[in-house]
Amino acid sequence: MERHFEHDLEELKQRLLWMGSLAERAVHQAVQAVLDGEERLAEAVLSEEDAINEMQIEIDERVQRLLALQAPMAADLRFLLAVSRINGDLERIGDQAVNIAQSALRILRHPQVKPYVDLPRMSELAEAMVRDSLNAVVRGDQELAQSVLRRDDQVDRLRDQLFRELLTYMMEDSAVVFAAFELVLVAKNLERIGDHATNIAEDVIYFVAGRDVRHPALDRR
Amino acid sequence: MGATTHGNNATAARLAPQVVMSDKTSQASDKDALVRFEISDLNFYYGAKQAVFGLNLKIPKNRVTALIGPSGCGKSTFLRTLNRMNETIRNTRVVGQILLDGQDILQMDVVGLRRRVGMVFQRPNPFPKSIYENVAYGLRINGFQGRLDDLVEHSLRRAALWEEAKDYLHNSAFALSGGQQQRLCIARALAVDPEVLLLDEPCSALDPVTTAKIEELMFHLKDSCTMAIVTHNMQQAARASDFTAFMLDGKLIEHSETSKLFTTPTDPRTEAYITGRFG
Repeated sequence: MERHFEHDLEELKQRLLWMGSLAERAVHQAVQAVLDGEERLAEAVLSEEDAINEMQIEIDERVQRLLALQAPMAADLRFLLAVSRINGDLERIGDQAVNIAQSALRILRHPQVKPYVDLPRMSELAEAMVRDSLNAVVRGDQELAQSVLRRDDQVDRLRDQLFRELLTYMMEDSAVVFAAFELVLVAKNLERIGDHATNIAEDVIYFVAGRDVRHPALDRR
Repeated sequence: MGATTHGNNATAARLAPQVVMSDKTSQASDKDALVRFEISDLNFYYGAKQAVFGLNLKIPKNRVTALIGPSGCGKSTFLRTLNRMNETIRNTRVVGQILLDGQDILQMDVVGLRRRVGMVFQRPNPFPKSIYENVAYGLRINGFQGRLDDLVEHSLRRAALWEEAKDYLHNSAFALSGGQQQRLCIARALAVDPEVLLLDEPCSALDPVTTAKIEELMFHLKDSCTMAIVTHNMQQAARASDFTAFMLDGKLIEHSETSKLFTTPTDPRTEAYITGRFG
């Protein structure tokens, strides 16, 4: 006989994944707004921010209720703690998408600084990290989570590369400073999205294996 | 005494980094705690029926060890072997070794052993005597020569009952509430200054407030006493113990620090039991 608690946990997971899909879509639309110059997509991201925030509150309340009423232990306790943290990361991913959408609206007022080459690569990487970290949540897949962790450095390298490149454009032509600076912010936000996906992957390893892989340099006895 | 004190400590720990660090030190010292009981290859039989199978366990000094497991898994039977209480049941047999501070308890004088290893049972069982006499009883039969009044007060204080009972010492123990009776039984056990206190479901008949008092009492008694507690209440084991042992079908499945066992158990059977998936 399936316990009511397990049904509640499954429902919580489904809600978290729904929130994840909203955050994922927001990132994709925000980046496309920059790359394709589609103001409509940026507006869509801004209008959906509330939905993600509402999901965050709903999921927090569900976690709080299950912790208080079910007093979970072991794997169940780890899962609920992880959901609580993942919930915060997804909400932050939504915020980063909003930041990118706002940058997009400002960028669109100016001529394109340069052909976009690294930015699409960077967004593909960051979006794939978010997608795979959520897939790892669904499947409890440690291997997939590890692969997300390994990809974080690539996103960081692309951000550094973009920073350098945009800096040279700004030094050459002060007329592009405004738009180039917004692109720096977009790259920074994408890099942060990669970091949040990394956090989610770490939480997957925590709830599946009970290992805390954050800050590996710390001595945890 | 009381939950408030505990709450204050928790707040202090949150606010002061150095307190958190000292907590880590105490966790480290848990691994190095001195051993009070060392149990090797213990088997126990009720007639032909074996109830405990090849159990090996070290119970550390000045710590609380919780024994958990489904009904009939042998945890109470095991607890009662530690002061040979099972010998009061006919046709029982113990095979294996139980060392108390390096001495084999099976070779000890049983009265002396039970003075060193006291016991508190599920239902409070005060004697039909006054509060005072309940505590003094064990001292009298042990030929205590000193000032009884002082020791009775000391024991009642240690059991956190003095303030509530000091004006009614010569009233019947049955006039006390269930929780007070249980603390009286703890005071009675403490009067002969045991090194170990065995507690068999001591809170199962008590309300949550009284349960919290008993758990707080256990926390403070750790300074002077080693405790082993059998409990069906997983939350109680998690709150009140330093180490937890999980038993199933008479066998010890897993034994580790409580914080580890309840967050990251290693055996899937422990995981299934503490998450309520069986048992």
